[in-house]
Amino acid sequence: MLEVTELEKTYDTGDRALKSVSFEVSGNEIVAIIGPSGAGKSTLIRSINRLTEPTGGSITLDGKELTDLGQSELRNARRDMGMIFQEFNLVERLTVMENILSGRLGYLSTWDAFRRNFPPEDISRAREILSRVNLDGVENNRADELSGGQRQRVGIARAVIQRPKILLADEPTSALDPETSREVMNLLTDIAHEDDIPVIINIHEVDLAIEHADRIIGLSNGEVVFNGSADKLDEEARDEIYRGGESLEQKQMASSEAETNISDAVVERGD
Amino acid sequence: MSSNPESWERFDRRERLIRFFMLFAGLVIIVAAWRAMEVNYGYAITAPVELADLFSRMYPPDVGYSTTITGALLETLNISILGTALAILMAIPVAFLGASNTTPNKATYLFGKFIISFTRSVNVIIWALIFVVVFGPGALAGVLAIAVRSIGFTAKLIAEAIEEIDKGSVEAVTAVGASQLDVLIYGIVPQIKPAFISVTTLRWDINVRASTIIGFVGAGGIGVPLQTEINYFNWEAVLTILIAILGLVLVSEAVSAYLRKKVM
Repeated sequence: MLEVTELEKTYDTGDRALKSVSFEVSGNEIVAIIGPSGAGKSTLIRSINRLTEPTGGSITLDGKELTDLGQSELRNARRDMGMIFQEFNLVERLTVMENILSGRLGYLSTWDAFRRNFPPEDISRAREILSRVNLDGVENNRADELSGGQRQRVGIARAVIQRPKILLADEPTSALDPETSREVMNLLTDIAHEDDIPVIINIHEVDLAIEHADRIIGLSNGEVVFNGSADKLDEEARDEIYRGGESLEQKQMASSEAETNISDAVVERGD
Repeated sequence: MSSNPESWERFDRRERLIRFFMLFAGLVIIVAAWRAMEVNYGYAITAPVELADLFSRMYPPDVGYSTTITGALLETLNISILGTALAILMAIPVAFLGASNTTPNKATYLFGKFIISFTRSVNVIIWALIFVVVFGPGALAGVLAIAVRSIGFTAKLIAEAIEEIDKGSVEAVTAVGASQLDVLIYGIVPQIKPAFISVTTLRWDINVRASTIIGFVGAGGIGVPLQTEINYFNWEAVLTILIAILGLVLVSEAVSAYLRKKVM
């Protein structure tokens, strides 16, 4: 179970990206984090495995506090968290198999990593996952030969082979077309149920989020403004997340008023 | 400020003045440098005659002499290969220190940058002179001179390749819980491999040329017989050596171009 309590992140620039964010994730639930650009979605998910260092609050995974771990303890904790990235972040010049097996690097000595000497059970598991994500036969292709959807499936396989306690997905569909996005979301949902682990997904396609997530967390300006099941995400909740409480009509009215003002101003200046 | 909508100038008056004076200053420097050289124009006038004379004494090349220089030619090749290999070995750690994203701290970064500029700023002939004094004349001094001179060049280019890698894959390997060394060999090394091979072969190509002249200061290779034959005015042998050097350089250039094309 992942517990995030009063998490804070203030960047060196003084930008306060996360303001006392708290939530829990457990079981095998799919949690979608939605919110406008710049709301702090990426900062939040990257703070969990400390790719971004939080500046306050607490994160515990199965009761273990993550925020105060030293370097080697942090590495061990990271082995339990699989991460999936927007731009896939594969090592492009390595083969699909090497990329998938890189999920096991946390358990391997550097010398074995150098010689690509992975234990046989990792290799057989890699093949198993490869067919699970529908990538049979491409294991010796270089990652840069694959299509976007295929690359993201390699990215997912790399996270799954870690045998993580939780999956973190940072905008996994943003670089993909709608059809491939849906496939990737289906795959993530299947994995959550089959491996019985929770998945946190940053996503900006609200429809995809509602379709796949059990629960939705709405982030606006660094604060959690909605936290509830997907069917409770009504119009009012969306206004709160995306427009600071204003409804779409109000917002459109405001912007059309602004436009009128501008055209007035132009007319005045013209003579 | 109101301006004529039909007029547009890339530079305003002040910028034009500055540009004019920069150009003027450049010309002044060139003229001053030329005058400071005190060129003897008499030599320039007789140059074509002298050149024709030299060539008539060189031609035809001494074909029989070519068998006696094969050893020296091979030595040149060996110096370039060993020197480059040694340079790469020393340049790899320097490159990781001199790349802003892999260096441990500011001090190591400056140290890396210092090694890069220091080895580059001293010419190969001067390094050869130093190593001839330390290790005596011969191929060893040549290998070391080539190696040390090449550290800066190779380390600088490899460091630039390291700085240009995709940070995303490094981040992904970090996120699975890999150690920094694992990240280096699994996330960074595959990304710089093409640059590494292309830099190595390019430098080897340069080093073949450098190895032909370090013999002038006693550091082995084809430069040693070349200097001897020049001293004895044995011009037909000199032409043989020059042709041999040309052939060697052409071959090394072709090989290095082929290898660089192959890794892209």
